[in-house]
Amino acid sequence: MKDLRIEIRSRVIVNQVAPFAVLVLVLFGFALDADQRTLRLFAPGLFWVAILLCLLLAVQRSVSLEVINDSLLGLKMAGLSPSSIFLGKAMAVFVQMIFLELFLTGGVIIFYGASIDDLALWIVSGLVAALALSATGTLYGALASGLEVRETLLPILLLPVLAPVLIGATKAYSGALGESVTNGWQWTGLLSLFALAALALGAMAYGVLVEE
Amino acid sequence: MEVIQLHEAMVFLGRFPALAGVNLAVHTGEIIALQGPNGAGKTTLLKLCAGLIPLDKGSGKVLGHDLDSEQKSIRRSVAMLGHTSGLYEDLTVDENILFWAQAAGLDRAAAYDRRDDAIQRMGIEERLRRLPVSRLSAGQKRRTSLASLAVRRPQLWLLDEPHSGLDQEGRESVDLFIKEAVKAGATVMIASHELDRINSLSPRVVTIAGGVVAGGEKQ
Repeated sequence: MKDLRIEIRSRVIVNQVAPFAVLVLVLFGFALDADQRTLRLFAPGLFWVAILLCLLLAVQRSVSLEVINDSLLGLKMAGLSPSSIFLGKAMAVFVQMIFLELFLTGGVIIFYGASIDDLALWIVSGLVAALALSATGTLYGALASGLEVRETLLPILLLPVLAPVLIGATKAYSGALGESVTNGWQWTGLLSLFALAALALGAMAYGVLVEE
Repeated sequence: MEVIQLHEAMVFLGRFPALAGVNLAVHTGEIIALQGPNGAGKTTLLKLCAGLIPLDKGSGKVLGHDLDSEQKSIRRSVAMLGHTSGLYEDLTVDENILFWAQAAGLDRAAAYDRRDDAIQRMGIEERLRRLPVSRLSAGQKRRTSLASLAVRRPQLWLLDEPHSGLDQEGRESVDLFIKEAVKAGATVMIASHELDRINSLSPRVVTIAGGVVAGGEKQ
């Protein structure tokens, strides 16, 4: 896909966002000044907050690709269906999120001493949460793209909407790390519903949002 | 055949009448130069004819399609080049043109053929094809933009300040492209506030001021 090819070429996620993500994890550790046992307990929440911050960067980047040289004009003129543009951009952000989740998984294992008890839960909930985040982020990116102050407005618009994903993903990962008795699979199910709703809404609404 | 027919066309941006009753008829094969000061409505008129913004009052047709109800059909047959390149800076010239060919719905083989044809027609040198667009000069980017649009073989070209930022060689290559597009049967409408730059194309000059056509609207 075009967005992924651009990312492979520019390496913004690898060279800039991934180091930022690690930095966030490290700074959380410093700020909490906690022992490893406490950090392991907080690891799921801190992991997903770091991912949310990275999502903002990835979505901003996805939006800027079409805004910088007004390529969006060309996409509208080409007659591509808005839903296919949405799905393409959401999938590109999804792949980038998966990469960051893998990278940060290493981070929490190394810096927080976490260990994964239920790998299947970790993987599935990670995939589903990434899908929910990517779809919602892409939709709100389109919403903010027509606004002059989109860089500062996007976090304000997007983060509250993603609170349920943050909660669900944190609960699921807590279960996967064995740090709580929560049924992580139930939370993964809820995340799946969120992801499906976000994909459906995005496919329907994207065209309206990008039209002038 | 009338490629563009506008009758008392009005477009409002909020409450502001960007086009305040435009009457215009453009025939196949014409080169139209839209002349007027900044804010006169040139870009708005181009966007209207591209099917990008709705007609608020009046009536109009572009390539036989109604401006009110067939905007998507208009877009597929029209190429619009705005102030920016419309290209992806990190992709190469080849990749950009191929992307736009495929975005237009061409299958893989046809997209490759059209890409190579457009590159040849635009005179894009072989050595530039594998360079990322970010490394091209303004003139080279403009030719790449035109090639990216040419793959769709549009019947109507809408060019907004196509010579802006180009040196003499760049302007000449744009002029050559326009002449060849018209020779191939297309119609071209150019918005420019620098009429002396496009005189060599012998266009019909349509003057726009305050959102209305002040002269040259019909042949």
